[in-house]
Amino acid sequence: MTAYSFPDTKGRYGNFGGRFVPELLMPALLELEEAYDQAMNDPSFTEKLNYYLKNYVGRETPLYHAENLSRQLGGPAIYLKREDLNHTGAHKINNTIGQALLTLRMGKKKIVAETGAGQHGVATATVCALLGLECVVFMGEEDIRRQKLNVFRMELLGATVESVSQGSGTLKDAVNEALRYWVSHVEDTHYILGSVVGPHPFPKIVRDFQSVIGEETKRQYQEHTGELPDAVVACVGGGSNAMGMFFPFIQDKGVRIYGVEAGGSGIETHKHAATLTAGSTGVLHGTLTHLLQDSNGQIEEAHSISAGLDYPGVGPEHSHLHDTGRVTYTSVTDEEAIEAFKFLSSVEGIIPALESAHAVAYAAKLANDMDESQSLVICLSGRGDKDVESVKDALGGQTNE
Amino acid sequence: MNNPFLDNALNDQRKAGNNIVVPYIMAGDGGLEILEERLRFLEECGAAAVELGIPFSDPTADGPTIQDAGQRALKNGTTLKGVLDALETFKENRSIPVILMTYLNPIFTFGPETFAAACANAGVNGVIIPDMPLEEEALITDFLEQYGIANIRLAAMTSPNERLTNITQRTEGFLYAVSVKGTTGARTTHDESVKTYLQNLKQMTDTPVLAGFGVSTPEQAHELGSICDGVVIGSKIVDWFYKGQTDKVKQLIQKSI
Repeated sequence: MTAYSFPDTKGRYGNFGGRFVPELLMPALLELEEAYDQAMNDPSFTEKLNYYLKNYVGRETPLYHAENLSRQLGGPAIYLKREDLNHTGAHKINNTIGQALLTLRMGKKKIVAETGAGQHGVATATVCALLGLECVVFMGEEDIRRQKLNVFRMELLGATVESVSQGSGTLKDAVNEALRYWVSHVEDTHYILGSVVGPHPFPKIVRDFQSVIGEETKRQYQEHTGELPDAVVACVGGGSNAMGMFFPFIQDKGVRIYGVEAGGSGIETHKHAATLTAGSTGVLHGTLTHLLQDSNGQIEEAHSISAGLDYPGVGPEHSHLHDTGRVTYTSVTDEEAIEAFKFLSSVEGIIPALESAHAVAYAAKLANDMDESQSLVICLSGRGDKDVESVKDALGGQTNE
Repeated sequence: MNNPFLDNALNDQRKAGNNIVVPYIMAGDGGLEILEERLRFLEECGAAAVELGIPFSDPTADGPTIQDAGQRALKNGTTLKGVLDALETFKENRSIPVILMTYLNPIFTFGPETFAAACANAGVNGVIIPDMPLEEEALITDFLEQYGIANIRLAAMTSPNERLTNITQRTEGFLYAVSVKGTTGARTTHDESVKTYLQNLKQMTDTPVLAGFGVSTPEQAHELGSICDGVVIGSKIVDWFYKGQTDKVKQLIQKSI
């Protein structure tokens, strides 16, 4: 078996990836790639990164054997990788702390970032406060309305939040504005992209910083059982928590890997964010990948109850893993995600982020076809406190009782 | 590959001692039915060529004016294929070179080879693809070469000399020298370093060098044009056409030549 060695030197993952950006940004991408390679070969950088991951982020996070959930579903032993227990409540900070340290190393003092639900924005504003970096976060006006508290959090942390009214006023438009801002301030500003999307080297950098999820999972599971799990499941929007979980398992052929996209109101309604399930290939935000687009190459809006999955593109490495069949991509609807949100909360006392609830919902289906001798790991990418209000609204105020 | 029609049009202006002026308009802003009339108008104003923008949902290199124009054009149902079909209908009656400015995704969806063939068929002389740096252009260069469409490369003020050399050597038709560190849109002044940048580019190539982004007055056009060979004027013209102020468009172009 040949080793998995993507991306290649041009930032390609098979037929996907690359650097489709204006010439103005090319020098910054080349500089970033070089700085990143040097940093990862410099023990003082990785020591510093590990220091902050342990003492500031709170790693390692537990791999929790969810016995109630396992018993209720009646199939395999189910484990939750508790990324919700990280500082700021999601996996996003694994990446922002790494990129912020890289920014200092490049001698830049300013940060721009995009955010959808606000999780990446908060994780970015947090590390900027910690490391004394100036921070501007672009956020769609629709998302600002949906996530008022996260806007306040970012401001409290010293970031400037810029409202984006262009387009649909959601994550895609926030990325556009962040890219435009970066084009205009590229010499003193680093763009902390929040997912495994965008031009090379971002998909690689974000994957590598998030791979701590899968590496810990693998080690923790092996320490516990001496083996590898039979399956791992993660939700996929842009796909950073999924790539972080999947990457260390790619060459372990015995481990089945599942990526769960947001099915929104259902694939057949065209109101969804299931890019790999129902999209086609194209170029958006600097990378060649699967997109939701019309027959003329205009990007379409994504729909999901979960703002973090509400993106019409996906990381190019996911497109590659979809193409090769190494990872199975599927989707669950808003309704199924809400059911899983309620279910996990009630049986384990863990309120998952709506994003992560998609993974839980699919894992429950998967568990039906597995037996008690098997095991399954769910990447619980974030906590659900931020979603309690929208779930309440979606349920029309009704409760379980 | 070099497109003789475009090359000759630009060289004629240079020989006459004129500042080369290439206005940018958004295809489909105001409807595709006015395209023929608008191209003729720009030709009468003395434009050396026209840069025709194809609307895209996510134009990350553009500022607000061109973004808005693109949104209007998309609402009108403008598509890349629709624009090429429209251009084909009056290609015999046209004597001004047409350059398409389009982001890569509409081309990618259309198919790069089909696109190049359709450009040739519609009498398009060149293309500018702002999100396709040298590293990615292999996707389409052979097809543009095969169909005789000039691939106009963009230089940036952040590019180191090694890249600029490579870009100036490869460009066809003219070199689009992006003369701001930012997106498209009118600006009152250009950074002093623009002069050094343009002088540097002029020394690298005999192909015409046109400064673009942020040019909105005859003064700027002459200031930059005196260092290189001319300018591309975009947002201001898009804005005036939208507001129906065609006289101002005419004055701006005529005074900039």
